[in-house]
Amino acid sequence: MTTANVTRSIDARGMPCPGPLMSLIGAIREGEVGDVIEVLSSDEGSRTDIPAWITKARHEMVEVDEEDGFARFVIRKAR
Amino acid sequence: MDDSTLSLVLFSGTDDKLNAASVLTAGAAAMGRKVNIFLQYWALDAFRSDTIHKDHGVAPEAGTEGAEAYQRHGGQHWSEIFRQAKDIGEVSIHACSLSMEMFGLTVEDLDPIVNGQEGVASFFMDVDGPVTFI
Repeated sequence: MTTANVTRSIDARGMPCPGPLMSLIGAIREGEVGDVIEVLSSDEGSRTDIPAWITKARHEMVEVDEEDGFARFVIRKAR
Repeated sequence: MDDSTLSLVLFSGTDDKLNAASVLTAGAAAMGRKVNIFLQYWALDAFRSDTIHKDHGVAPEAGTEGAEAYQRHGGQHWSEIFRQAKDIGEVSIHACSLSMEMFGLTVEDLDPIVNGQEGVASFFMDVDGPVTFI
């Protein structure tokens, strides 16, 4: 597990769909370009929704790690 | 990518259907779609500010087991999901003026996530594709 200067970490484990994505969108809106946001999510929907939103909103997925019972998404705010 | 407006007519006032509608709204708003919502009958009644957080039950097809599964699942209240969708995207929620009249309501009786009331023709002014009835 690398930690590329995470600016903000969101522990959304236990939150159902679409909670983790909504939390990420809120953090992206509040952040500055270049910020690195980490989201921990145990929601299965996040595995497809977070990458889909990143593509649509044109941010950068730095990494996705499968942990025990949850996934860790690291996103860079690109614009 | 189709960027047409998601038009929803909410008729049912049970928490499960309103929750499903709020999730659809949040997803559409996240993906950059406009969302245009019209509240009629029991859905409108559920948006009254004094009772919005009360238990509105679940659809009959849930049965006892389904109702329990819904309660156990928890998560945020549907009104909060609508609020978040409005924060991140272009979401408008209007009350059907006919239903407002039926219940004797004014806009002040409704939760502030409702933008206002309008007639059915005004709702269709913002419809540019299919209408989903929930």
